Amino acid sequence: MADVSGSVRVYGLIAGMWIRSTLVYRTSFALALLVNFLVTALDFVVIWMMFSQATSLGGYSFAQTAFLYGTASVSFGITTFVLGSVDDLGMRVRDGTLDAFLVRPAPVLVQVAADRFGLRRIGRLLQGVLVLGWSLARLDVDWTPAKLLLMPVMLLSGAAIFGAVYVAGAAFQFWAQDAAEAQSAFTFGGVTLLQYPPTVFARDFVIGVTFVVPLAFVNWLPALYVLGRPYPLGLPWWLAFAPPLVAAGSCALAGLAWRAGVRSYRSTGS
Amino acid sequence: MTQDFTENFIDVEGVEKVFDVRRRAGLLRRERHQVRAVDSLTFSVPRGEMVGYIGPNGAGKSTTIKMLTGILTPSAGRLRVAGIEPSRERTRLARRIGVVFGQRTTLWWDLPLIDSYRLMHRMYRIPDARYRENLDRCVELLELGGLLETPVRQLSLGQRMRGDIAAALLHDPEVLYLDEPTIGLDIVSKAKVRGFLRDLNAERGTTVLLTTHDLTDIEQLCRRVMVIDHGRPMYDGELSGLHAFGDGERTLVVDLERELPPVQVESARVVKVEGPRQWLAFPAAQSAAPLVARIAAAYPLVDLSVREPDIEAVIARMYARAPSPERPGEAGAPVGR
Repeated sequence: MADVSGSVRVYGLIAGMWIRSTLVYRTSFALALLVNFLVTALDFVVIWMMFSQATSLGGYSFAQTAFLYGTASVSFGITTFVLGSVDDLGMRVRDGTLDAFLVRPAPVLVQVAADRFGLRRIGRLLQGVLVLGWSLARLDVDWTPAKLLLMPVMLLSGAAIFGAVYVAGAAFQFWAQDAAEAQSAFTFGGVTLLQYPPTVFARDFVIGVTFVVPLAFVNWLPALYVLGRPYPLGLPWWLAFAPPLVAAGSCALAGLAWRAGVRSYRSTGS
Repeated sequence: MTQDFTENFIDVEGVEKVFDVRRRAGLLRRERHQVRAVDSLTFSVPRGEMVGYIGPNGAGKSTTIKMLTGILTPSAGRLRVAGIEPSRERTRLARRIGVVFGQRTTLWWDLPLIDSYRLMHRMYRIPDARYRENLDRCVELLELGGLLETPVRQLSLGQRMRGDIAAALLHDPEVLYLDEPTIGLDIVSKAKVRGFLRDLNAERGTTVLLTTHDLTDIEQLCRRVMVIDHGRPMYDGELSGLHAFGDGERTLVVDLERELPPVQVESARVVKVEGPRQWLAFPAAQSAAPLVARIAAAYPLVDLSVREPDIEAVIARMYARAPSPERPGEAGAPVGR
């Protein structure tokens, strides 16, 4: 696996350069970090306000909803932290600056992932961790070894599934450079969705995010298992342990899409 | 993957690059057509040669370089650099090539110049001793000494270009591609860049392929020049041959002691007279020396200079002569400029 360690190394090198670049403007960095934290926290404030009016949402308590919110946010927080501005690839394709990445002795995807790496993005992750911690303190979970094991597996698999959506969306931008908006619907839209209980959504919608874009495997299915809640659509309980497989499959598909994208890259004049 | 041994470092055989272009033709309807940015291109470059690659905007120069570096995948044909197929093994090839995009810097904008070099050092895993040696050499020859701690955004265009060239050479590439390396530079900066490239090629034997619009670049650096237009190779040979090929004329400017009637001399004609100064046109393929000798023998000669025909003029004449293949919508083609 020299390839993987080499990729991690290059990622670290490029990310380090971006950190140093952003630290040139310290005040701006501090502000960006704060804004990132606050803006993402607003999502939770919305949920908080709902529960100030009602005691349950789709049959879920505040703490249970916070658990869903926390797990989705942590997974997505990891993805945005690591893959940063992969969704801005269209810009690099449009202005041709991707050229420079293609003549370096490192995988393009690694370079794109580390591109414009921003420590400020840790704001979302931190905020998710706080909410998740708070919900765990409030919840009365009947912990079993399987449930304990499932926690890190869920968070990491969820991050990988979001990552696959990110990369597939980015690959699509090789053909349609203005597709960043459509991609946001699946990423930022997706995480907002997963922060709520599946019971508040229409059945067809839940089918879509289970079988078409497998976002339900990010947190819904495993989290409901941890909470001991019934599954939507009458799905079998063991699907709670499917996220690693779903993540592997999604990443493989996204990888293929990425390769096809790079091969069709047309650069720009001059 | 077969790695056939070839003496040529760069081998291009019948390479084509076709772009699909969609154009809006009405509210919803889109017309598709194909633009041939590079068409049946064949050439080879032996190791250690320095080649100038010229042609008007949109001729296919950049597209060629992008295929040679693996950025673009050819639509047809065979392409090898150091025995490697660039688009298939781009990452492996990357260690052996250096690229400088004249209009775009790859240096880190907000960081001191040296930081970009340190990144190259580690990304290319250049052994410490070699990195230091190469860096010292570049810093000395490209006069970067006082600039290493300066953030790149504060460098002048000429300084940045020299900085970019150094960045492309730290890992000892066997071939260096330069896409318009002197564009926008002042005379002093141009001279520094040219001098450096000449030494690099002479001392290290680095193969160099450069595109330019500046004939002086070619004259001072390259014995061989390739001309491309509409994606098709038009000329491949020595620079002096290009002048002849293009029906070019060179101009001899002579300063005489005093105002005299137009000089009468074999194989040249006076095109302009201004006081004691006269302009004589003579075939570009012909040596200026015997002409000067004949004039000096018959006239009171004070000073003289030879002016090469402008490259754009030479090329323009070539294009005017060459039948342009008919292709729809090639004007304003969005590629390969």
